[in-house]
Amino acid sequence: MKEQSLFHKVTIGIIVLWLLLFALIPNIIMFVVSFMEYDSSSFVKAVFTLDNYKQFFSDNYFKIFINSFKIAAIATLLCLFIGYPFAYILARSKSRYKGLLALLVVIPYWTSALIRTYAIFYMLSANGLINTILIKIGIIDAPLKLLYTEGAVIFGFVYTLLPFMILPLYATIEKFDFKYIEAAQDLGASKIRTFYHIILPLTSPGIIAGVVLVFLPALGLFYIPNLLGGKTMMVSNIIQEQFITSVIQNWPLGSAASVLITVVMGLMIWAYYKSSKSFQTKVL
Amino acid sequence: MEKQKVLVELKQVCKSFDGKSVLNNLDLQIYNGEFLTILGPSGCGKTTTLRLIAGFEHADSGDIILDGKKINNIPANNREVHTVFQNYALFPHMTVFENIAFGLKMHKVPKNEIKDKVMEVLRIVKLEEFVDRKPHQLSGGQQQRVALARALVNKPLVLLLDEPLSALDASLRLNMQKELKQLQRKLGITFVLVTHDREEALSMSDRVIVMNQGVIEQCGTPKNLYEEPNSIFVANFIGDVNILKGEVLGFEDNLVKAKVEGRICSIKTKKQLQVGEKFTLLLRPEDMRIEKLSEHPDTDGLMVGNIETKIYKGATLDTTIKLNNGTIIKASEFFDEEYEDFDYNMNERVSVGWVSGWEVILQDERTKPFS
Repeated sequence: MKEQSLFHKVTIGIIVLWLLLFALIPNIIMFVVSFMEYDSSSFVKAVFTLDNYKQFFSDNYFKIFINSFKIAAIATLLCLFIGYPFAYILARSKSRYKGLLALLVVIPYWTSALIRTYAIFYMLSANGLINTILIKIGIIDAPLKLLYTEGAVIFGFVYTLLPFMILPLYATIEKFDFKYIEAAQDLGASKIRTFYHIILPLTSPGIIAGVVLVFLPALGLFYIPNLLGGKTMMVSNIIQEQFITSVIQNWPLGSAASVLITVVMGLMIWAYYKSSKSFQTKVL
Repeated sequence: MEKQKVLVELKQVCKSFDGKSVLNNLDLQIYNGEFLTILGPSGCGKTTTLRLIAGFEHADSGDIILDGKKINNIPANNREVHTVFQNYALFPHMTVFENIAFGLKMHKVPKNEIKDKVMEVLRIVKLEEFVDRKPHQLSGGQQQRVALARALVNKPLVLLLDEPLSALDASLRLNMQKELKQLQRKLGITFVLVTHDREEALSMSDRVIVMNQGVIEQCGTPKNLYEEPNSIFVANFIGDVNILKGEVLGFEDNLVKAKVEGRICSIKTKKQLQVGEKFTLLLRPEDMRIEKLSEHPDTDGLMVGNIETKIYKGATLDTTIKLNNGTIIKASEFFDEEYEDFDYNMNERVSVGWVSGWEVILQDERTKPFS
């Protein structure tokens, strides 16, 4: 028993130490920095101020903040509408290739996401694959502006994050007892009402998990809006700019943006936890 | 008589799954207001029959008629038939009230009526105080009642029950058997129950259909099936039975003189038998009578064996007797107050007989055409 408790202490201790060093402390530093003044020579001056938040909310930045929620939300909805039927058909399939099909969903992930995003970049660019084909077969005369649009960013998100929608949905739908569908039909429910009253509520833990797993990364992945959006399109770009790429490198402002996004994500995870509790089943 | 009106009829119904025939030209009539049980071993087609009536499966050929109308192509949600599922399939995200109200809601019953109807049916199944519970907060028996209430509230023409008691423990099952039977009498709704439990079938039903390999073996009242099975399969399935071999020796005053496992006896039967014909005799354990033998017995014309096992059952003494030719006979005798020390010694030599007139004769199965 004593040995086991020592083993427990060590393993848990390592994890706690890890999280403390690389998650909690950096976040606390970020939180603290977000209330400090900007200084051009030493990045940060230890003087309390709310200016960073004020600047964020008054400036153009807030528009981008809102816009990034819009883009993330559209990408999430698209993932849901594409992913749900896919997951449903896959989960109900009696094919012996079912496992293989589920594996196919994951296979693209054996390649780095950054490389795949560059591939999209070259497909969408003015002299890229899509424009070249469309011109060759004579549908258009001049190349379309595909790259550096919101559409391109959304496409990038959907492509990259779709499996995070499909897999939790697949897991929930697979566990769903199809007797309930028969019971609903038996009691006089049409197909549409069966879906609305029975299937949808009983698979909602999967929907919520999928939404969280797509929406949160969509807010945070900066390289996709960076590569495919061109200009500063999302809050993740702001943070990246303020910390790394811009001339000024306003760390306190970047920290404020980061804190805000963390708070929003925290609220969403809390909402998910609440809702999954009411269903008695947790997917994550 | 209104009761004898045919409510559901299956005509020449065939159904196969992946090329494997499950139902083979099934003809079945269900009368209005009766409690019918379809009894059979697993894989005999009884559940498929139920699912065809409910509309979850479609017949390959043949007709299904409900209340005079052909319903082959009517989807499950438009049939006036409701099902109590084996594991109840109560919707886990809905309360008891919402579960029961679901069917009414789907049939667009006004809201105020829904409340009255749900409360009424909850009173019938004695679950009023559980109206706001979720299914997982109920015991198995309570879930069973909610499932019943959910189906009954829609006043179906036929209520289908797919092994509804199989998930309950033994004592609860007995209680629910009684309740189901009472409920069916009270409401007058036609119940069709599917089970592989013969006691369930015998104790609840007005009529029992015994199915085997996609065809109906026999159909009749429980008493009828128990006392006059028309095949070894039915006899075996409906209860314990002794299967004895006999041969006709001759005829005497309308009686058949026969030799059964060595015993010479006279049997009354309506069956047409011929001298020398071999037949099978079916006898229930409680029909058997055992007699002790004297020290130097003359066992000519008697069925003789040794007591092999005895089990004291309280009301009865159950014994098995091994005959000289190896056949095992099961007997179950009631204790009689006049013979209080009635008992056998292990391995005691006894003669076995039966109450004359209680035997069932089956003409040799081998010569009988396969039905």
